[in-house]
Amino acid sequence: MIAADREGHLKNQEIHAALAALRPQLLRFARLQLRSDAQAEDAVQEAMLAALAGADRFAGAAAAKTWVFAILKNKIIDELRRRQREGAVMVVVEDEGEDFDELFDRRGHWEESPAAWADPEAALENSQFWVVFEACLDGVPAKPGRVFMMREILGLETDEICKELGISSSNCWVLLHRARLGLRECLSRRWFGEK
Amino acid sequence: MMNCKEATQLMSQDLDRKLSPVERLGLKLHLFLCRGCRATERHFALLHAAARRIGTPPT
Repeated sequence: MIAADREGHLKNQEIHAALAALRPQLLRFARLQLRSDAQAEDAVQEAMLAALAGADRFAGAAAAKTWVFAILKNKIIDELRRRQREGAVMVVVEDEGEDFDELFDRRGHWEESPAAWADPEAALENSQFWVVFEACLDGVPAKPGRVFMMREILGLETDEICKELGISSSNCWVLLHRARLGLRECLSRRWFGEK
Repeated sequence: MMNCKEATQLMSQDLDRKLSPVERLGLKLHLFLCRGCRATERHFALLHAAARRIGTPPT
């Protein structure tokens, strides 16, 4: 019984440490989406407290990380939808990213045909891949990065993103396309070993 | 015939909206003929799968 208590205590310590280490990353993500330091701090604080309250149920630090991110994600979505209901559209001028025209020739065909990635599904099971993926995601310019995260990580529909950012559908698709091409170039270079 | 630049834009949009039958047919024809765009389609699918996996609670 004492051994089980000790093991539980150690597991809780491990989870607390993992969540504390994750805090800067959670804050960066929340700030990018909410564009308010105070609201980002509040959302991260609430997500951390909710995750710590359920620490006993986690199988380990990795599960706790995934859960705290999921809680934060839902808090951000709630806040974005609350803003939409109240008609608060925040239009900000920021880096829209490059259009990657240099990848194509004058006729719109590849300058250099992209190569297939070796065993991409296996990459998803490799913890190092996620370090590189997050670094690449951090490297996407502000506006395409935010739109990509809203669409692909928060799972918002295009029309919700357009309302939140005060942009047109076609502008939204352009930004998503730039984010995907940027991520593809980064992963090709840093993980799949091209160029 | 659409070019590679137009095809990659449509592949990206295919993840965000419903393509029209004409767009889908044109894209399919282009993909049949273009290896670089077939690779790009798989790249976009991996990015989509990776991003969706972030923040999804384990079952």
